[in-house]
Amino acid sequence: MIQIKNLHKSYKMGSSSLHVLKGIDFAVEKGELVAIMGSSGSGKSTLLNILGMLDVLDEGSYTLDDVLIKDLDETKAAKYRNKFLGFVFQSFNLINYKTAAENVSLPLYYQGVGRKERQEQAIKYLTMVGLADWSTHLPSELSGGQKQRVAIARAMASRPKVLLADEPTGALDTKTSYEVMDLIQKINQEGNTILVVTHEEDIAKMCKRIVKLKDGVIVEDIKVNQVLAADYV
Amino acid sequence: MFNRDRWQEIFETIRKNKLRTFLSGFTVALGIFIFIILFGFGNGLKNTFQEFFLDDATNTISFSPGKTSIPYDGFKSNRKIEFKNDDITDIKEQFPFFLEYITPRISRTAVVKYKNEFDNYSTRGVGPAHQFAEKTILMKGRYINESDIANKSKYAVIGRLVARDLFKQENPLGKFIDIGNSVFKVIGVFQDDGGDREERYIYIPYTTRQLLEKSNDKVDQIILAFKPQIGHSGSLVFERKLREFFKKKKSIAPKDPNGIRIRNRADQLKQNQQFANILQLIVTFVGLGTLIAGIIGISNIMVFVVKERTKELGIRKALGATPKSVIQMILQESIFITTLSGIIGMLIGVFVLKSIGVILKDYFIKNPYIDTSTALFAMLILIIFGGIAGYIPAKRAARIKPIVALRDE
Repeated sequence: MIQIKNLHKSYKMGSSSLHVLKGIDFAVEKGELVAIMGSSGSGKSTLLNILGMLDVLDEGSYTLDDVLIKDLDETKAAKYRNKFLGFVFQSFNLINYKTAAENVSLPLYYQGVGRKERQEQAIKYLTMVGLADWSTHLPSELSGGQKQRVAIARAMASRPKVLLADEPTGALDTKTSYEVMDLIQKINQEGNTILVVTHEEDIAKMCKRIVKLKDGVIVEDIKVNQVLAADYV
Repeated sequence: MFNRDRWQEIFETIRKNKLRTFLSGFTVALGIFIFIILFGFGNGLKNTFQEFFLDDATNTISFSPGKTSIPYDGFKSNRKIEFKNDDITDIKEQFPFFLEYITPRISRTAVVKYKNEFDNYSTRGVGPAHQFAEKTILMKGRYINESDIANKSKYAVIGRLVARDLFKQENPLGKFIDIGNSVFKVIGVFQDDGGDREERYIYIPYTTRQLLEKSNDKVDQIILAFKPQIGHSGSLVFERKLREFFKKKKSIAPKDPNGIRIRNRADQLKQNQQFANILQLIVTFVGLGTLIAGIIGISNIMVFVVKERTKELGIRKALGATPKSVIQMILQESIFITTLSGIIGMLIGVFVLKSIGVILKDYFIKNPYIDTSTALFAMLILIIFGGIAGYIPAKRAARIKPIVALRDE
């Protein structure tokens, strides 16, 4: 699903430049649930941003679903994001004046799906995350865990090839974190490919594979026995 | 532009961001409202000015006889010049090319009586053409005509205020008044835009006046109008020729500045019009200033709006919004709001202008108005600049990388 070869990325900081990713080779198969770990400054967020086409690479190649991702202008990146990727953020990033259902249907709006179809799909995905009764509520009326579930429903609504989650449990308490991970595991069991960036060991252990980054290189890449979040809920 | 889905998205955004919508709409509405009010006031001021200075016909030249100051042709200086009826016929014969109409004027004050009411009024012995020279507007009856002149009829046309003071509620037409101990029949009542003084005159045939004064043929003053198509320069030529003609006829030294006095209204008109033009310039300047202030207001609001929405736009971009769709969304929303509130501001402005117009007459603002094309033009300008003001920050926002917009603060 994802092939990355010899990925380099550096940021210019005035006259000096900061080399963040120093040659990363990395592949993800369809249906995997991968945790990307590392301390802050290890380059894990940069890697996720490049995977999410929110940022461009300096050197190397990135292939997603057999499409070579290069020469991205804003319009093309927007189309690829819409077609291939779903995002879940630490701070949820829901649009605060739109209801849960409207938030979920937004990626479908940019896909050009009709209004009625959008509404049906939004209810379907909200049902999937267990929030069908909350579809007309604004984000401000939802708890943190509920907001993240709405965000996951929104990410899944566009039927992405890969779901990218950047610290999805970072803003949640332990119990709610496990509920969200339970949801992510269920979505993974249905065959979806998911990458989770986290710095929490227990969250990482709920994935099937852990990739550790340190100072811009992969220092460890192991398959683990998945801990089921459902056991803790 | 006519995508129903996109409109629905925009209406939703407007409905759910009422304060923001109100702020930007209010700025536009206020801008256009103030523009219309100020422009209307300016026009009102111009109207007042025109009423004060331009109420008489503007293509007239008037002559008054004076006293000579240089001995000439066997006459001593300090001789009194007099105009007579044959001067008028001479001008008619000599200058048909320049002349539009001509009338004498013989001014006398007299005590005028009707029943128990009486007062001093200025009477003017005139010919029919005097009506055009003074732009007298008849309210009732008729003006003096040629047959009145020929018959030396004892007819009078009285001013609105004369009628009010002497006749009160009575209809003056056909009634007889006593002017300096002669009885005149009232045949008309007039009004004049030149103000109260002009409405206290009484017009009678000039031949009747001459008859009353021992059947002489003397004329106080001659007023004539040149054909408008000869223009200002033509009128100056006419004036010069008339001066030459009269100096020769009345044996006045060519260099004598005092024998006759000529007043060319075209000259005055030119000065007055220059003043009116300056007034117009001030009005335009004030209007433009207001518009610019309005444009700056919208620009500020738009920058603020886009800034406030940076995060939302980042989310939209992460979900697949292209830069084009982001710009389109912001532009369409801002143009929609500016157009709608522009129309509202314009309607309120026009309405207020109409309703306070009457009150303002006392403050030298008469009949303030704004023509539709100016109002629409101002609105169009506001909409265009509102669009540009929205476009620039929208474009910048569309270029911001979603990763930057989404960064936690």
